[in-house]
Amino acid sequence: MNFSLLMPELTLAITAVLVILLDLFIKQKSWLAAVSILGLGISSAFALGLWNGTPQSAFNNMLAVDNYAIFFKLLFAGIAILVILASTDYVSKFQRFQGEYYALILLSALGMMLMASTTELITLFISLELVNLSLYALVGFLKDGKSAEASLKYLLLSAVASAVLLFGMALVFGFTGQTQLGEIARSIQSTLAAGQVNSAPAVLVSPGLFVGIVLMIAGFGFKIAMVPFQMWVPDVYEGAPTPVTAYLSVGSKAAGFAIILRVFYSAFIQPSNLGLDWGMIFAVLSAVTMTVGNIIAIQQDNIKRMLGYSSIAQAGYLMVGLATVGLAPALTSAGQAPLLFFLVSYSLTNLAAFIAIIAITSETGSDLIDDFKGMGKRSPWLAAALTLAMISLIGMPPAAGFIAKFYIFSAAVQHDLLWLVIIAVINSVISAFYYLRVVKVMWMNEPASAEKVPASAALIVALIFCSLGVLLFGLLPGLAMNPAGLANMLGF
Amino acid sequence: MGLLSLIIFLPVLGVILIALIPRLAEKTIKWLAAVFTFIPLALAFYLFFVFDRSSGSIGVMQFQENLSWIPAINSFYHVGVDGISLPLVLLMAILGFLVVLISWKVHLRVKEYFIWLLLLETSILGVFASLDLLLFFLFWEIEIVPMYFLISIWGTGRRSYSAMKYVIFTLVGSAFMLAGILALYFTTGSLNMLEITQKIGAAAAVIPLTAIFFLLIIGFAIKLPVFPLHTWLPDAHTDAPTGVSVVLAGALLKMGGYGIIRVCVSIFPDVARTWAPLFIVLAVIGIIYGAAITLRQTDLKRLIAYSSVSHMGYVLLGIFALSQVSLVGASLQMFSHGIVTGLLFAMAGLVMHNAGERDLRKLGGLAKQTPLIAVVFSLAGLASLGLPLTSGFAAEFLVFVGAFSSKVVAGIQVYTLISAIGVVLAAGYILWMIQRVFFGPALEKFNAVKDADKLEMVYMVAFVALILLVGIFPSILTNIYNMGIEPIAKFLIP
Repeated sequence: MNFSLLMPELTLAITAVLVILLDLFIKQKSWLAAVSILGLGISSAFALGLWNGTPQSAFNNMLAVDNYAIFFKLLFAGIAILVILASTDYVSKFQRFQGEYYALILLSALGMMLMASTTELITLFISLELVNLSLYALVGFLKDGKSAEASLKYLLLSAVASAVLLFGMALVFGFTGQTQLGEIARSIQSTLAAGQVNSAPAVLVSPGLFVGIVLMIAGFGFKIAMVPFQMWVPDVYEGAPTPVTAYLSVGSKAAGFAIILRVFYSAFIQPSNLGLDWGMIFAVLSAVTMTVGNIIAIQQDNIKRMLGYSSIAQAGYLMVGLATVGLAPALTSAGQAPLLFFLVSYSLTNLAAFIAIIAITSETGSDLIDDFKGMGKRSPWLAAALTLAMISLIGMPPAAGFIAKFYIFSAAVQHDLLWLVIIAVINSVISAFYYLRVVKVMWMNEPASAEKVPASAALIVALIFCSLGVLLFGLLPGLAMNPAGLANMLGF
Repeated sequence: MGLLSLIIFLPVLGVILIALIPRLAEKTIKWLAAVFTFIPLALAFYLFFVFDRSSGSIGVMQFQENLSWIPAINSFYHVGVDGISLPLVLLMAILGFLVVLISWKVHLRVKEYFIWLLLLETSILGVFASLDLLLFFLFWEIEIVPMYFLISIWGTGRRSYSAMKYVIFTLVGSAFMLAGILALYFTTGSLNMLEITQKIGAAAAVIPLTAIFFLLIIGFAIKLPVFPLHTWLPDAHTDAPTGVSVVLAGALLKMGGYGIIRVCVSIFPDVARTWAPLFIVLAVIGIIYGAAITLRQTDLKRLIAYSSVSHMGYVLLGIFALSQVSLVGASLQMFSHGIVTGLLFAMAGLVMHNAGERDLRKLGGLAKQTPLIAVVFSLAGLASLGLPLTSGFAAEFLVFVGAFSSKVVAGIQVYTLISAIGVVLAAGYILWMIQRVFFGPALEKFNAVKDADKLEMVYMVAFVALILLVGIFPSILTNIYNMGIEPIAKFLIP
């Protein structure tokens, strides 16, 4: 038992408990935010300390400590810090439970970190539920009608998805007799090696394993808001407190992709026709997901709902990367690096958008896109940040979204997915309609009042960080994060 | 940082200054914009003069800068100019500065206006100077953002419709172009335009070369524009503010023509030769249809906009006649159209600003109140219809001669003769327009209309001098064009 490998997670757990305890004694609640950020900072420092070490498998092969896991731990810690910075204003309006709010964010970040490093199905399920339980509470935090409804909806649908996932895992376990990802892969291999190659390997011929894989895709699909498991997204995004929506749209989605990539790449990549099968499933679902997300987003009037559908569409682009991983010849890491780059750029972009929206909506008191009118005159820098985010979401330079899409599409073209790439770029054009609508309302329409939108220093820091990140990733991607360094990070 | 990068990025420096210095007076902003477009102009002229014209550097990229940009995909910050792109860089630098003067009377949200205008200049300069396909695409896409804002905030009429139409058309084109660039990248493993040209012959294509060619040319054809993809142009031109119309007609359309020559024709000479008849037919339709529809316009700006469709038809004809002379003619036509139509839009803007009217049915007799504008407007009109001694004549003449004598496409003589009808139609609509605006009985309602003031004289003189200079000594440009086009034309001979 080498606990030093678990330090990032342990730090977070301790910080979460500490925040709840401190909440009892401290009057000045903004200290709680500071303590949480400090905890996240220490946790990421521990994670950084483990970077580039030899990949290790710990705790009876249940957790992996490889660069892939550390990369995601840093990403989740970063996301949580930004969300907390953006929430301080918002949360200070709550009468009670401010400590719990921060603690829940920390606990869900802990769950996400575990998700990124887990290599075993049971641990996976437990960490997934840790994320889910914290998020149910966060979504319902406002305790008004909409928020409560959103929370309940999220809870019910998510429970169904978890059941489906569990059923899929049970089938996979039934056919391989293993829950550890590497063992599953070996078990599938051994049926091949046992001379059944010519006489049709039972595991691959029987639909059971394949059904298990499909059910797991469905269960994970809920987490990343993949069509047809996207129904919860608009209502939950609209009802949840805006900082939580931001958190859901980046953290929860990134965790979903982290775990899908690890499970499918570690367990189901060999033999290659298995990879081709799920790769093609992801390719088709990706086309459907981005098209549905983009087309419905056009009709939205509420910016949170619109970004909800937009996040569905973005999941579609990300799935192009998953499809590439599946379709690439087995055990080449093509598709991984672009996927990770896209996740980081998407996280920065969407956080920038939501942080600007948090500031604007708390002044106007309305989530309607039309109420953003004249923001270009009232608060030009806020509006400029939101505009940059929208441009990045369309996938236009000089923003990060452009390079991210370029990477992910170029890997796909290389593996015979030109048809999917053409669908994806046409989708990007469609998306320009609704993203530019926000831009248009902000800059072309007359403002409702001349007052500046107030924003706390914490929020401004977070917004500047995200916007500069979007620009840096868009203009100097090689400097910001060399995708070549992202390949082959999966140790297990 | 090399000279070329300075030219490209000085306007961005201007943007940063204008954006970050708080509480700038309107005048200061305009002066800053003028300074940060004048230095690139001076540098562009310097490049033009020191450009090595010796026979040893035919087809060689000069003033190259090559820095690693995104190592993971082998993409470089690689800029440089040869005989084809240098005149276009110069053209944009000239227009960039003159447009600031033309926009001197903008009083609405001045700060933002000049920020977008300068960004527009950088992106167009970047397109002309990039030698890396990803960098090229980056600049190509960046240009959309300033155009969207410029048309939809400072425009007139159905401006937000026109702006959105412009964005969607361009994005559709660039979507296909991106797919084409990716296909090229995976065919050759390189994003360097020069390297791709050499490697494409031996490489195994991921999809047929013809398919890549068409994916790429859709984007360029929309921008040029080629019939039937031209419908965004009249709307965008008509509703854009004067200064933006000048850049749009003057430099932005040339991105399409430049892209066709630089990417489609020089990388895929064989495909271009196979499909040249198709594009020549489209060019002829564009010339005649564009001219015919121009004759029917009653709105001053819309008329000039449609005349661009016709004039860009000559560019397409010259390119796909695929001979050295015709390609030089097409390139010269791009430069000439840039200054001539730029001036026409500037003058139309002046008429609209001073007389407050752009409907040809309500204008008339302005020559009496505004003699200066009338003279310059008529000169620009005559250049547009191709009068000898103006740049328009030299360009169209070269296109016709080059196309007529081209041996690459069968039956090209017939097409050339048909498209010559376009010149007659152009005489029709130009003279008719000038007559409706400036001649006839002087109208009383225009008695208070002022003529051009000193500032406006500055850019009028500059434009007219350029038109005459290129018209009388076309060789100052054709010599340079020849250097860039010779290596391309070499591969086009069947």
